[in-house]
Amino acid sequence: MGRKLLTEHINVEGIDTLDVYRKHGGYRSVEKALKTMTPEEVVEEVKKSGLRGRGGAGFPTGLKWSFLAKPEGVPRHLVCNADESEPGTFKDRQLMAKLPHLLIEGMITGSYALGANTSYIYIRGELLYVLRILEKAIAEAYAAGLLGKNILGSGYDLDLYVHPGGGAYICGEETALLESLEGKRGNPRNKPPFPAVQGLWARPTVVNNVESIAAVPVIVNEGGDEYAKIGVGKSTGTKLISACGHLNNPGIYEIELGLPVEEFIYSDEYCGGIWKGRELKAVVAGGSSVPILPKELILKTAAGANRLMTYESLSDGGFVTGTMLGSGGFIAMDETTCIVRNTWNFSRFYHHESCGQCSPCREGTGWMEKVLHRLEHGHGRMEDIDLLVSVAKQIEGNTICPLGEAAAWPVAAAVRHFRDEFEWHVTHAKAAAQPGAVYPGTLVTV
Amino acid sequence: MAKITFDGIEIEVPDGTTILNAARLIGGPIVPPAMCYYTPLKGSGGKCRACLVKVAAGSTKDPRPMPKLVASCITTVQDGMVVENTINDSVLDVRKGIVEMLLINHPLDCPVCDQAGECDLQNFAFEHGVSTTRYQEERRTFEKIDIGPLIQLHMTRCILCYRCVYTADQIAKGDRVHGVLGRGDAAEIGTYIENIIDNDFSGNVIDVCPVGALTDKTWRFKSRVWFTKPVNAHRDCPKCAGNVVLWYKGNEVLRTTARKDQYGEVKEWICNECRFEKKETSDWTIEGPAHIDRSSVISANHYELPVLNQSVIDDLPASTQRELEQNPPLKLGN
Repeated sequence: MGRKLLTEHINVEGIDTLDVYRKHGGYRSVEKALKTMTPEEVVEEVKKSGLRGRGGAGFPTGLKWSFLAKPEGVPRHLVCNADESEPGTFKDRQLMAKLPHLLIEGMITGSYALGANTSYIYIRGELLYVLRILEKAIAEAYAAGLLGKNILGSGYDLDLYVHPGGGAYICGEETALLESLEGKRGNPRNKPPFPAVQGLWARPTVVNNVESIAAVPVIVNEGGDEYAKIGVGKSTGTKLISACGHLNNPGIYEIELGLPVEEFIYSDEYCGGIWKGRELKAVVAGGSSVPILPKELILKTAAGANRLMTYESLSDGGFVTGTMLGSGGFIAMDETTCIVRNTWNFSRFYHHESCGQCSPCREGTGWMEKVLHRLEHGHGRMEDIDLLVSVAKQIEGNTICPLGEAAAWPVAAAVRHFRDEFEWHVTHAKAAAQPGAVYPGTLVTV
Repeated sequence: MAKITFDGIEIEVPDGTTILNAARLIGGPIVPPAMCYYTPLKGSGGKCRACLVKVAAGSTKDPRPMPKLVASCITTVQDGMVVENTINDSVLDVRKGIVEMLLINHPLDCPVCDQAGECDLQNFAFEHGVSTTRYQEERRTFEKIDIGPLIQLHMTRCILCYRCVYTADQIAKGDRVHGVLGRGDAAEIGTYIENIIDNDFSGNVIDVCPVGALTDKTWRFKSRVWFTKPVNAHRDCPKCAGNVVLWYKGNEVLRTTARKDQYGEVKEWICNECRFEKKETSDWTIEGPAHIDRSSVISANHYELPVLNQSVIDDLPASTQRELEQNPPLKLGN
């Protein structure tokens, strides 16, 4: 049983209220940081912890904090990215709904470390009920003197606001998020300048994922070195994994990084194996935008080593035989899943969510969706398969923000690993177009 | 000052110059194409990805190559930067891909488009594209909206460069009623809710539009561009500088536009009165024929011989000047 750092008390009755939360050790990090540590010491602890951004890219949080420009007389901001909308990822929603004070505690400690006096939680528009929970919790924190002027008599001021977005996936991209927070259209900005230099209202800004911020209190309480002991290599600490798909026990699990993927899927402590006694066919390991991997490659790397739930192990083999940990949206698919249909579904999402600012993504996402739609519905041609790869390549790396890559990777990976199934959709177009059609090539037990 | 190498040519430019502008100082065929960047408009650029170049060495301090191709219109130069454009095949391949992307939903209705002949997309596709398409799907269409009696909007032709949005923000200050609505490939230029674009300087959106999405209603279907003769003229205008180009067919002024430089960028904005209302020769003081770039379709069959006493000679790009020095034009009487 792995250690639970974030979700230890998640099922305690009334943990979303300040009193119960404090009874279980809540807001200790605020007291410790504000009273006994300098902001630089907090940043140093986070650096030591080896915490990596939990939003998907896996950039070291401490390093990101230390890049923050600190010009005299210019306010700085900490912005929490709670615009979680990747298909397959639903960890932050649960964390915020159940443990609102954990995020607020992280925001206070983090803002103190960065010297920010106004901080924002940018929450996805659809999560209105979570927004209400957070606002209630923030009101409690204000009343208890944990927010506002002179927090706990330390002389540090912080105002915290929750701002709902309009529900656009693109606003999860940090610069689009900042545009949206400023009240503009959520178009990603050209970089550089990066938010650490010119972010919200052209002021130095750090944008962090909910889970990254929620890990800060733990790191401050236990010390960065202690946190770094959990995990393997450069993947330290625990990670929330939202497992879904054809699993016996889908749900949100807090795992210690370094857990073998096989154990995560088949152990009763976690997902409990594939439903209905079927075989695993493929896994999307980190939210819809990371490359899909077939069973053989998700359980073992190409070199034959056990695949672990770490940033390094999952990306072992690059994109040829590897994938990414991403945001932790773990989607398992059994042998009856149609990969073409699934890829089309992902593609449809990215087509719908592209902001339309830069041409490769705007046009390419729609193109891929239309071709995949054709393939799935029995009107595909053999050359469409290479066309998909080519279009994906034309998008990848040539766009303003990573949405282009997020749209291109799943398509390229699906063709890379399941080309025979795509070909079957062309050669057996009529059969493949039937509702619920199953590619016979990967069937084992059904 | 920063010294950079662009396609093997060294040039020293002031700090803060973008790669694209540095290349334009060199001039000639090595200049990356730009579909969305527009020097006079602040904030423009970075969207069309047509100007992507390879930075083979970031700077003297940090000579590592940049991992991805960068948009040359928004990336500033660093001392010691080495940039590859036309000498790098991967850049040219990506550019072909960009042409393809820009054209898949473009109606390709050039035969009936007023912009044909002076269209950036046409030139871009001609110079960098491939002659066939792999796109088999239906092209997207939009509901037509009327944005007033002066400007015609053809949303299907739009490449969403945002230039007109910036123009309305920065030139027709405070009066922007149009913008980009929707997102992805359903994003469109529109007024919310149907509204007429009515501003003294609104006509400038026609000049900045790289394609035929925004055209002049008073010139609609009157003539093909290459049948007209551009003539520089000016008038005493209380609102703008009044320096324009009149496009003649016979003795008739078919349309009026602002003067543009060789990269299609407006030098001086003009007001709607000059653009739409003054269509008589008697309204204007004629200066002489306007310079037409050699690459322009208008110059086809018009032999351009830069002879003496031609006022446009100061205006020539550096590359042409170098060319002229090497191959001096025949003087009359020689």
